[in-house]
Order: sequence, then C-alpha cells, then structure tokens
Amino acid sequence: MSREWTIKSALIAIAAVLMILGGAPLYKHRHYEVPVVAGPGVTSVIKLSEFVPSLKGSMADADVFVLEGKEPGGKVLVMANTHANEPAGLLTAVIMIENAVVEKGTLMVIPEFNASAGRNTRPGDGYPLYYDIPTEWGAKRFRMGNRDTSPLDQWPDPDVYIHYPDKQLLSFIDVRNTNRTWPGRPNGPLMEKVTFAAMEMMRKDRLNIAIDMHGAETMFPVTNCIVAPQKSAKIATLVSMTVKAMEGFDNHVEPSPPNFHGLSHREIGDFSDTLPFLLEAPIPFLDQPTGPKTVKLLLDGKDPFLLSLSKKKKLFVPYDENGWPIEKRVGQHCSVALEIIRQYSKKNPDTAIRISGIPRYADLVKNGVGRYFHDPAKAEKKSVYYE
Amino acid sequence: MGVIMILYYLICAYILGLLAWDFVREKKSVNDMILYLLVLIPLLLRILRIK
Ligand SMILES: [Zn+2]
Repeated sequence: MSREWTIKSALIAIAAVLMILGGAPLYKHRHYEVPVVAGPGVTSVIKLSEFVPSLKGSMADADVFVLEGKEPGGKVLVMANTHANEPAGLLTAVIMIENAVVEKGTLMVIPEFNASAGRNTRPGDGYPLYYDIPTEWGAKRFRMGNRDTSPLDQWPDPDVYIHYPDKQLLSFIDVRNTNRTWPGRPNGPLMEKVTFAAMEMMRKDRLNIAIDMHGAETMFPVTNCIVAPQKSAKIATLVSMTVKAMEGFDNHVEPSPPNFHGLSHREIGDFSDTLPFLLEAPIPFLDQPTGPKTVKLLLDGKDPFLLSLSKKKKLFVPYDENGWPIEKRVGQHCSVALEIIRQYSKKNPDTAIRISGIPRYADLVKNGVGRYFHDPAKAEKKSVYYE
Repeated sequence: MGVIMILYYLICAYILGLLAWDFVREKKSVNDMILYLLVLIPLLLRILRIK
C-alpha cells in the first residue's frame, strides 16, 4: 500500500470508530421500548392512524389507551409528551394507564403524543438519553426525549413555519413542535397530521375535556399553572382554588392568548366542542442557568444557581434547598387532572366522569412515583404495551 | 415520506459523493483529508437514518 493510502485507511478507521461511538447510543435510544402494563381499567388500545390513515407505519403513530367505564358518561382525553423533554406528563400518563379504574364515562390517555420526539434527543444541550425511576421491583427506565420531532421523521424545516389555517408566522423549528401545529390538517407536515388526528378523535368521539400535560422553566412566567381559554376558565379557576385549599399547592390560571396560534389550549377549543386545559409543572432541568444537565437534576430539580436566583426573586415559583422533585410535579398533574374531571362532572351531570385508582398529590409526595408502576415481567404478556 | 424529504436525501447523498471523491483525490494534505471526513460524518449518519 502506498504511503498515501496507509494514511487514508487510518483516517477512515478513526472516522468509522468515531461514528460508531457517537451513532450507536443514538440508534439504541431511538429504538429502546418502554414497557407499559395496561391496568384493570384499559378496555382497548387504538392508534392515531385510525383518524389519519397516512400516519400508519410512521414513528408518529401514537397509541391511545381507552379506559371505558361500565356506566356511560362523558369523555376525557389526557395527553403527555406533547413535549417529550418534559417527563412529568409521561410519568402521570403511565400511572393513569396502569392504575385507573373508570366507573362512569371514558378516559383516553396518549402517553407519547409526539412519539417521534420521544425518540429524539438534544446532544448539544447535554441531555441524558435515559432516566430511571426506582420501584419496589427495580428501576424502570424511560427515554428522555426532545421538545421537537426527530428530523429522521420530518425533514427539512421551512425557513419560516406558516401556521395552518391562521397563516401566523412562527419560528422554523415550530413545524416540528406539536404545541404549535394544532389544529393541523390531514395532508400537512407530519406533526400537523398528528394534531389533526387528535382533533378528529375529539370531534368524532365527542370528547368533553382535553388535558395536555407539560413542564415549564422556573424562570418562565407561564409555569406552575393551568392555561385555559375563556370557555374553560371557570372550571380552571375552581380547580386552582380547590387544590390550593384542599391539597395545599399553588397552581394559578393563565388565560390562553386568543391571537397566539397553534397551541392546544387555543385551537382545541376553537376547532371542537372539547374544553382544553394545558397543565404546566415547573421543571428546573429546562432552565438555562443551571449546573450540568444530569438525571439527578431532571428528577430532584435541585440546583445551586437557581437557588441563588430565587433569593434574588428572579424565579416565578417558590424555590428552596428541596428543589422541585418529580413526585411533586407528577402529584400536581394527577391532582389537577382529577380535579378538572370532578369540577366538570359537578357542572355536567349528564356527561359526568367518575374515575378511581389514580393517586393524588399527597400520595405521590409520600410514596414516590415508582410505587405506582407495575412490574412488566410479572404482568400478563397481552397487557404489556411498548411505548 | 414526502417528496421534499426524498429530494433532501438525494441532495445529501450527492454531497456525500462529492466529499468522498475529494477525499480520494487529495494526495498530500492530511489536514484536508481529515476535514473531508469530518464534514462527511453527519451526512452519512443522516443517510443511515441514525441522526
Ligand atoms: Zn411543553
């Protein structure tokens, strides 16, 4: 071999090793499956492609767990992982799927609404690929996703995202953000198809309530709150007052801006009869001025920089040495969702919904999140789904 | 997969081909060889549907 090709072969070998070292963990992450044990309440599992057939076979074809009660009543949809880097929603959704029992009405749960973003990551921000939740039977491993759909599923991005149908100009990245692509269209970019499928489900199945669970930075004013449009505002206010009085945590109401398009709390209400609510729990991990983006920070929310900012009154939530642990965030989502359902049912006895088996804020703070996950190894094979 | 997405994969493969050809034709500068390979990695990862 000539000297030239000896050097070139060595360089190719080094590049190949770098590619394998960098690529293999990403490939594994994208294809890692999280087992979810369908609990006693689950009556069927459908897919979003039932409403938009072209989603079939794509990474974006999310599962919808249906928990139908014996007694007819109203219908509520709970969505998580609209933003797959805000894990409190996903953990809440899995708790609901594995534990809820519906006595009256129907509960529908989409644990990974942006199923592609749940298989994406943000290496430039040092995101961990996984996080483990300790349980009595060992650690349950979840993928840490990204805010946006993987470009492997939706590519390229436009220079500017022109929202449909309002023609509002949004950032290019928002074409892959499922909280900007509502209400969507059946032949638009992939994420518009996803939101359109959910809209179709709400319209055809006549859903009464839609709850979209998120997390937001402690330095962002719209955090630790319920975002609601005018038509949901009354229930949201009652919920906010009730959880404060009965369960002792703050969750204020933020009005949904009428002229900011593409968000679930805006478009679901405008394009269907369903009442939308968007829940925000604080997630210190997403704040910019923190220490390393570790799994520990993701789960306990403790950060010395946020603590000093809190003393300077720069945060929008109370913050002390205890951080903002995941069990508190999941507990808030559980209690607020249950309270929305209860307040709605009080006002609408014909379409009331009655659910048991879902823990509330105090239960989660006391027992932790892992206490409510069931061991897939001990469950019947047919009741284990992979998300 | 949309038509535009397919076109982007074709563009990607075309640029990958150009870079590989430049790498083969570079006789002297090791520095340039390394740079061609480095630029080539993300394109290859996309075509292999890894990142
Ligand atoms: Zn969010």
